[in-house]
Amino acid sequence: MFVERKLNGWGRYSSSWGRVYRPEKLALAASIIKFQEELSFVGRGQGRSYGDAALNLDQGLVLTQRLNRFLSFDPATGCLECEAGVTLEEILTVFVPRGWFLPVTPGTKFASIGGCVACDVHGKNHHKDGSLGNSIEAIEVLQGQGEVVRCSPVEQPEFFWATVGGMGLTGLIVAVKLRLRPIETAYIKVDYERAGNLEEAVGLMEEGAAGYDYSVAWMDCVAGGSSLGRSLLIRGNHAGRSELRPGLAASPLNAPSRSSINLPVDLPAFTLNPLSLRVFNGLYFGHSSRVKNSVVLDYDRFFYPLDTVRQWNRMYGSRGFLQYQCVIPAENSLAGLTAILKQLHRNRCTSFLGVLKRFGRGNGYLSFPLEGFTLSLDFPMRGDRLLTCLEQVDDLVIRHGGRVYLAKDARLSPRSFRQMYPDFPRWQQIKREVDPSDRFSSDLSRRLELTA
Amino acid sequence: MSRILILGATSPIARTLAWEFAGCGDELYLAGRDREEIQRLAADITIRFGTACQTHYLNALDFQSHPAFIESVLAQLEPLDGVVFAIGHTGDQPGESMDPALALRIVEINYTSAVSLLAPLANYFEEQGRGFLMGISSVAGDRGRRSNYAYGASKGALSLYLEGLRHRLDRHGVIVLTLKVGFVDTSMTYGKKGLFLVASPEKVARLAYAIRGKPGVHYFPRFWRFIMLMIRFIPERLFNRMDL
Repeated sequence: MFVERKLNGWGRYSSSWGRVYRPEKLALAASIIKFQEELSFVGRGQGRSYGDAALNLDQGLVLTQRLNRFLSFDPATGCLECEAGVTLEEILTVFVPRGWFLPVTPGTKFASIGGCVACDVHGKNHHKDGSLGNSIEAIEVLQGQGEVVRCSPVEQPEFFWATVGGMGLTGLIVAVKLRLRPIETAYIKVDYERAGNLEEAVGLMEEGAAGYDYSVAWMDCVAGGSSLGRSLLIRGNHAGRSELRPGLAASPLNAPSRSSINLPVDLPAFTLNPLSLRVFNGLYFGHSSRVKNSVVLDYDRFFYPLDTVRQWNRMYGSRGFLQYQCVIPAENSLAGLTAILKQLHRNRCTSFLGVLKRFGRGNGYLSFPLEGFTLSLDFPMRGDRLLTCLEQVDDLVIRHGGRVYLAKDARLSPRSFRQMYPDFPRWQQIKREVDPSDRFSSDLSRRLELTA
Repeated sequence: MSRILILGATSPIARTLAWEFAGCGDELYLAGRDREEIQRLAADITIRFGTACQTHYLNALDFQSHPAFIESVLAQLEPLDGVVFAIGHTGDQPGESMDPALALRIVEINYTSAVSLLAPLANYFEEQGRGFLMGISSVAGDRGRRSNYAYGASKGALSLYLEGLRHRLDRHGVIVLTLKVGFVDTSMTYGKKGLFLVASPEKVARLAYAIRGKPGVHYFPRFWRFIMLMIRFIPERLFNRMDL
């Protein structure tokens, strides 16, 4: 049985009607895909991608929510195999108390592991540990005839790396085997440092790269002039038991659970406007002391600050918002990001919060990260003016050799996409081999003409 | 720490109920017809909760196999603290009640297998003098309706059988519960129009776990008790003309 529903991207700017199936077990998922021959499908976990990656207009979607079984765990190696619908939150709830953490985590724990593999998500530790794909031992992918194919970096590596970051287009990811990392405590020891501008932020992040497992900078995108790109650096390491105060050290692996609040209604659009942004940013960046070291935070507060307000995407009102994340190669990062920030100011397109991270080497095909600096921006959706502005930013990104993150994208053009992802023709070849009749497609794949 | 046997463990309600028990540290025995699926469920429970979870193949319709099955369970899991009967054919295809072969199958799976399995277990519990027997029934068993009367009848019979067991076992300290469930958000109801009060399986499981010590008939969600009361009141002459 299926439901015809209107689904959204997390940014609530993209939406479309699709036919949604929700199989209770793997065998049913296989028969759905096999027997609904006239439909194309895309998998949908928790729907946390911002744009149209998990939408499929008038076609089929397979909700993986009920495909959430843990399949096996080896306590000697930390290898966990689970169905693709398991959320990061479930993994953390079960395994943090046993001394294991996710090798890589994005900014929300309410995403499915299958979706995370399909987007090859990255976290604050890319410069050291790569993206999620680099910690995956194996994936099982359901193909158009209902057969399950197992792949890994050694077994069918081409298919593996085309699936990691492949946006669900090489088949429905149904199971994932990943290596968890051992931890002594559920806490992170954090250092805060203010950088007066972009150049200082980039410099500090480069210098400190070796010393920190996790590193991120929250950027004030409203400030201009000599303060362009002023940021708050937040960097940390897993805390050892001896680094906790006695109260916490008694049960080091039990982090306090935060109560979450729901934002059940949309806030009116004027809540976030350039004036209120300037005030917020001034307060946030102006009054804190320049450096603050060795603050101990539980992992939930450090990695998932936004998850406290569930449905935080409603803060942007019913028109939704656009998320834009790009990466610029290391040799051009400073110049490229400066140009982008200045362009945004010129167009008066204000971003609420910018997040800056350092990337190490990437994985190729459609995987987003490459060695350099990445910046994420949020824009309340205000109309065509914003879309035009982002096209200009695309051109800047391309000119500096970078690209845009598909998991967040809702409006990139096919032409720009091809310039950003030179590996695309090779990926397309693999896609044609494994899915010649396009059984797997999405609004994103049609918009970017990935399967034309 | 209790030892619980779940018959028909692969249904969504049974699965979430198993999580409730395991989450509180109980040891489980899962029985079902889909061998691969109950093994997957057992692996999931063992990893997720760190509790012991055994599995056994059980074909509800193979009545001859039931005595050996019960013997095997009791050998592994004695003393048994509770049994959940969650075996059920969903009965959601139109015209199923009208097809004699299909109707017979529904009745055998939903009711006859219950008698076959619960009769020996009731004897065991009576001798033990404690424990619970929980049967997952349905509001559909409260009145015969044209759309699903074979299914409704089988669930109605199940409820009546549990009522008899309750009457017998109450004085022996054994708790017998009938869970009359309305619409639950599973593949049986997914995509169906015109449903209301659809409960999530998690909610049903949580409530079922909470009331496991209270004998009697329990409706989920509770509102159904009043709805079925009203529906039962409608005289047949009027009801037969309705499209409920």
